[in-house]
Amino acid sequence: MTPNLNLWLIPILPLAGAAVNGFFGKKSSRQAVTIVGLFFSGAAFAWALGVAFRFSSLEVPYQEYVAHWIRSGNFAVDFAFYLDQLSLVMLLVVTGVGFLIHIYSVGYMWEDSGYYRFFSYLNLFMFFMLTLVLANNYLLMFIGWEGVGLTSYLLIGFWFTKDSAASAGKKAFIVNRIGDFGFLIGLLLMVQHFGSLTFTQVFDQVKPMSPENAGAGLLTAIGILLMVGACGKSAQIPLYIWLPDAMEGPTPVSALIHAATMVTAGVYMVSRSHVIFERAPSALTVVAVIGTLTAFFAATIGITQTDIKKVLAYSTVSQLGYMFMACGVGAFSAGIFHLMTHAFFKGLLFLAAGSVIHAVGGEQDMRRMGGLRAKLPWTFWTMTAGTLAIAGIPGLAGFFSKDAILWRAYQASWAYWLVGVVTAFITSFYMFRLWFMTFFGQYRGEAAAHADHGSHSAHDAHGHGGIHESPRVMVIPLAILAILSVIGGYVGVPGSLGGSNRFDRFLGPVFRSTVPAESSQTQMGEKGATEQTTEGTEPKEEPSKELMFTAISVAAAFLGLGLAWLLYYRSPDLPARIAQRIAGLYDVVCHKYYVDEIYAALIVKPLVNGSTSILWQGVDRKVIDDTVNNAADGARHVSDEVRHMQSGNLRSYAGWIAAGAAIVIAYMVWLGVAR
Amino acid sequence: MVPLSYYLVLSGILFACGVCGFLIKRNIITIFMSIELMLNGVNLSFVAFAAHWHQLAGQVFVFFVMVVAAAEAAVGLAIIISVYRTRETLNVDQVNLLKL
Repeated sequence: MTPNLNLWLIPILPLAGAAVNGFFGKKSSRQAVTIVGLFFSGAAFAWALGVAFRFSSLEVPYQEYVAHWIRSGNFAVDFAFYLDQLSLVMLLVVTGVGFLIHIYSVGYMWEDSGYYRFFSYLNLFMFFMLTLVLANNYLLMFIGWEGVGLTSYLLIGFWFTKDSAASAGKKAFIVNRIGDFGFLIGLLLMVQHFGSLTFTQVFDQVKPMSPENAGAGLLTAIGILLMVGACGKSAQIPLYIWLPDAMEGPTPVSALIHAATMVTAGVYMVSRSHVIFERAPSALTVVAVIGTLTAFFAATIGITQTDIKKVLAYSTVSQLGYMFMACGVGAFSAGIFHLMTHAFFKGLLFLAAGSVIHAVGGEQDMRRMGGLRAKLPWTFWTMTAGTLAIAGIPGLAGFFSKDAILWRAYQASWAYWLVGVVTAFITSFYMFRLWFMTFFGQYRGEAAAHADHGSHSAHDAHGHGGIHESPRVMVIPLAILAILSVIGGYVGVPGSLGGSNRFDRFLGPVFRSTVPAESSQTQMGEKGATEQTTEGTEPKEEPSKELMFTAISVAAAFLGLGLAWLLYYRSPDLPARIAQRIAGLYDVVCHKYYVDEIYAALIVKPLVNGSTSILWQGVDRKVIDDTVNNAADGARHVSDEVRHMQSGNLRSYAGWIAAGAAIVIAYMVWLGVAR
Repeated sequence: MVPLSYYLVLSGILFACGVCGFLIKRNIITIFMSIELMLNGVNLSFVAFAAHWHQLAGQVFVFFVMVVAAAEAAVGLAIIISVYRTRETLNVDQVNLLKL
């Protein structure tokens, strides 16, 4: 008998916070809103911690039934929660990082008139995200999935009076719909073929299938459709375009939703469905290729961006690509490991960037920053930790997780590994570029900031003079995240570096491969005979080779650091000359490969034109409107003719009556005669 | 004994005269009289049938018709007088305020 964990409290607490702040926040003071917002998200975190401490005594997976939802014939979906190692990791990341960002937001949003609204949305987001993570079936997960999309929309468009923010919110929502559509079809396929959406039931039915004839493409189809959903939510090619625009939202939102938690939902979903993906090699290949391409392309775009948040946005897209690459090569636990460390260091980087933006009065353009190292010591040091972590400098969180992914990618195909290492180099380069441009050299903001005050500083402006360090309420979360970014990787030190990869082993039971080992090589007969963990077989690989690859990726990181130092610290006029030399390529990359323009030309414009000329002018006006109008016109014309009968002349009425009576009588008489 | 058909033909002629008068005449008094003529034409056929079938129902109907006709005459003449007082004419073609 396992103890009752009351898991339902974890999502419900933030929902209560959202309700309280949403309904009563307008009238209450900022202090009250703060207490409510922090209390409920903090309570969820505390409860999640409590669950984590009792986790070892649990029967895993732990399931908790709350209420009926849908009962239709044999098909049943309940409000029920599911906890295993994977959800526990996600749970702690979401509540932990979420709570820190809540604290940070107190400082960042204090001056904003929508303060209560912000906390209400933020708590609502926590509710949906936790529902997504804890659901025991795909449908409940889908609710969370849609819910985080909704709150993402609300928070991107938080400053909805600004046109760009409003349209960025719409863009994010609409692009997400495309992915959600694929996800939904995948779910319907599951309902049709497995008659259930509950994780355990679906996976139990999938498990007996072998990868060779996995339901005649059924699993591949489901896998690819799920991946389409993941592409939308996690900003992968071809649906990544919404994430950079999402930076219109307040910076804590970018940190929480568009870096640390929501965008990783796709990775979580793919990992959760690993039973399906393992049996659909083609779908896995799709995942890996999309991830790899996204990692590379987004990284290259990141080089040319000058908006500090945009750089981080493309970096997020790129890192998510890494995670999908990991999932695609079957290294789910490495993907989740990177998800966790990424949540730490990317959350940190965004918050630090927010602190910088806050300090310079709303300026986001790195070309107008510089030399902030001495003025913002806390921000500088925490951001340094984050930058080192993401760049993969040995000893920090990003190093271990990225290394785990690259090693597993190499085992699958050297092509993934090569792109991965190049991306690691680019990542290191653009991150240090950001770092050098922001904190070193001369401050370039003063004159420029006065020139066009208002365009950039419209929303983040806090009405103060001089550059100053952020208040303590913002610095403390930064410091905690910085510590996590530094030490977070030590839970997963690989064997080749003298560790035991505890993280990998912790997640092992979840991702224990259910595919009969090496059944593709040996004959089909003995399937199920050898249930081995692919994760478990790994340490057999030669550690020296793994060390060599580690050294290569470390070299790539330092190369990026060196190049950035050369270009943006030692001779800052060099980049402009290089950009001039390769002007064509630079333009293409700077305009994000014109992907937005291509989409606009290929999809948006035909859609708008088709809607205008065919649906609006054609169908709506010519068919629907004209049917109604013609019916009315016809009735009027007929009435115009017929109303002449109503002459108002009494004697003509009498005449008609007499004539009618005469006709009736004549008819009766004729009837009588005929008889 | 006069056969039933004679009464019916006379009744029909009276009724037709009433209808024609109603349709042709303009003076409201004449129209009123035409209506009385129609009513009495019908009354004649009622009593003729009553006598022919030896049943009293027809005669009872006639009394009802006469009562209604008397009431109608009272109300109708009152209306006619008030119309004449207000419009100084009894020509129905000129009493057309409600016409479209």
